[in-house]
Amino acid sequence: MSWTRIVAMTRKEVLQIGRDPRSLLIILVIPLVQLFIFGYAVNLDVKHVPLCIYDRDGTQASQDFLKHFQATDYFNIVRVSDSYSDVVRNIDHGVCSVAVVVPSQFAEDLHSSGQASVQAILDASDSNSATIGMGYAQAIVQSYSSEIQVAWQEERGLGAGAPNITFEPRTWFNEDLESMADLVPGVVAMVMAVVGAFLTSLTIAREWERGTMEQLISTPVGKLEIQIGKLFPYFVIGIADTAICSGTAVLWFGVPFRGSWVVLFGCSMLFLLVVLSLGYFISVTAKSQLGACQMALLATFLPTFLLSGFIFPIDQMPVVVQWITAVLPARYYVSILRNVFLKGTEVRLLAGDIMALAAIAVVLVVLATRSFKKRLA
Amino acid sequence: MNQNGPSVMVQNLTKRFGDFVAVDDVSFEARHGEIFGFLGPNGSGKSTTIRILCGLLRPSSGRATVAGIDVARNPEAVRQHIGYMSQKFSLYNDLRVAENLEFFAGMYSVPKKDIPARIAWALKMAGLEGRGHNATSALAVGWKQRLALGCAVLHRPPIVFLDEPTSGVDPVSRRQFWELIHSMVGEGVTVFVTTHYMDEAEYCNRLVLLDRGRIVAMGTPTELKSHHMKGELLMIECEPLGPALEMLQTAPEVLDAAVFGSGIHAVVADAAAMAPKIRELLLARQFRAGRIEQIAPSLEDVFVSLTAVRGASKNKEAAA
Repeated sequence: MSWTRIVAMTRKEVLQIGRDPRSLLIILVIPLVQLFIFGYAVNLDVKHVPLCIYDRDGTQASQDFLKHFQATDYFNIVRVSDSYSDVVRNIDHGVCSVAVVVPSQFAEDLHSSGQASVQAILDASDSNSATIGMGYAQAIVQSYSSEIQVAWQEERGLGAGAPNITFEPRTWFNEDLESMADLVPGVVAMVMAVVGAFLTSLTIAREWERGTMEQLISTPVGKLEIQIGKLFPYFVIGIADTAICSGTAVLWFGVPFRGSWVVLFGCSMLFLLVVLSLGYFISVTAKSQLGACQMALLATFLPTFLLSGFIFPIDQMPVVVQWITAVLPARYYVSILRNVFLKGTEVRLLAGDIMALAAIAVVLVVLATRSFKKRLA
Repeated sequence: MNQNGPSVMVQNLTKRFGDFVAVDDVSFEARHGEIFGFLGPNGSGKSTTIRILCGLLRPSSGRATVAGIDVARNPEAVRQHIGYMSQKFSLYNDLRVAENLEFFAGMYSVPKKDIPARIAWALKMAGLEGRGHNATSALAVGWKQRLALGCAVLHRPPIVFLDEPTSGVDPVSRRQFWELIHSMVGEGVTVFVTTHYMDEAEYCNRLVLLDRGRIVAMGTPTELKSHHMKGELLMIECEPLGPALEMLQTAPEVLDAAVFGSGIHAVVADAAAMAPKIRELLLARQFRAGRIEQIAPSLEDVFVSLTAVRGASKNKEAAA
């Protein structure tokens, strides 16, 4: 191993990266664009669900009931309908995704039999929002129901003694259940996976494509020297991107950071080793830039997005898919990042994830080194 | 390095790519400090041989040593002793001239204290003094080739392999390039060069003529010209050229005939006896005939004659 050869190789890569507008764009712009897209555009919190109401009763009681929908953030009353056909039209046209219909006998039923029902119509073409909307509507009906129960009991002087359980949820770590706080660690992982693997996937393929590889491998430079020399600049870039993404998440989006920066950067370096080796391996195998960068995107973007637990929880996946995620480095990294950002978990509790990541890193580094041959054909 | 043995030694070297035999049982030796030429048309196996000698391809069978080191067993050790310039321009176009030289100085582990002097030397050699800051991509082909040579010999290798270094280069630059090769040989370097330019082959100390992966002749240019013609050479000026060539090729006394410039070169057993006969033959068939005289064969004549013989014998084999 020659230090001067590694330095010369690194220096050459840095010069080339600096003169390639494409690389610079990927390094500087993609991380921020991704962070802002996920920060602002992808909002998994369901609030202000568009609601349509149709009051067929028109009594004091029905108006009182519907006011409860007005008083909350969860719904926005966008239409007050006067017929069923209007309700249907609003759902069809996507004006509202939930409609609440109060039947004409509402006040009377309530009074006489103590039983009344209301109808909710849900647009389940977006099943996720529909389920959440239904949950909100149920909660509102429940709270109104207990309200009038208490009032009824008080009227009869039974007030204080009535048994009652109240549910007081306290969410930990992400107190406001903000999806942003949950997403940012995933976004950091995604940026690193894509930037790391994508950029390195070009380094070897580019040399083959331009014919410079033939000259390079005719020199005494060792293959490990090529690998270290070429990956080092991307390693530094990856660390810088981690800092940019984490910094923006904490300072701009107000995501809490409760763990240690040492753990964050230590684990990020390990993850970088994984994605850079993956990119390098792809680059050696593909020998063409186009093939290599497509393969790199396929190998990093999709699995990181779908299978890392970043958006879709792993324990909700079919068992077979859960097994597949076991070999996915991003899964462990996302888990580490979530813990470091939101929980501030101690290192020893992250040992399992760190060990898994390290094991994958060893496999990929060996694979990348082995795959490169200083021969043509 | 062993100064007594041959610089490059090749024994029964064969390289197959699937069914295709690119190099077919080739043996030769190149001595220290000579220009050893590999001459042949495209696809004759020149580049494949050179790549095997640089350790870039593994031979299918046979043996090759460079500076006494087996290229198949120990390619890394071979690379310490050689400079290689591939057929395709293979420097970094997005680096500046000096940056390319610095990079290869690093790859060849040129001692740090020697680097400035070596780079200055390479720039001077390539005629790029004061242009180290220029973009490599903007250089003309001739300069690019000389820069590539500079990069390949920064570490003063005793053996240099040049694969068609002058293809696509203008005549003046070609001349300058060959002057560089001569000056390197003057310093005791062995230069192994491939070309398909016959005039360049004349500059070589010794030559191998290669056709379809096989050696068809080997020797100094003079030896080749004197020993490898199957007869004597007549230069025939006549018109119209095409039909005359067809007629001469079928004439029993003519061993071989081919168009060269504005005339026909014909190989015959006895030039002095045949010259008047050919004139008669031409005039009898209503051709106009000019000068008909014996000439000294050029390498091109030798080459055409040798490859034609081999092609003809192959056709016979196929017919039988």
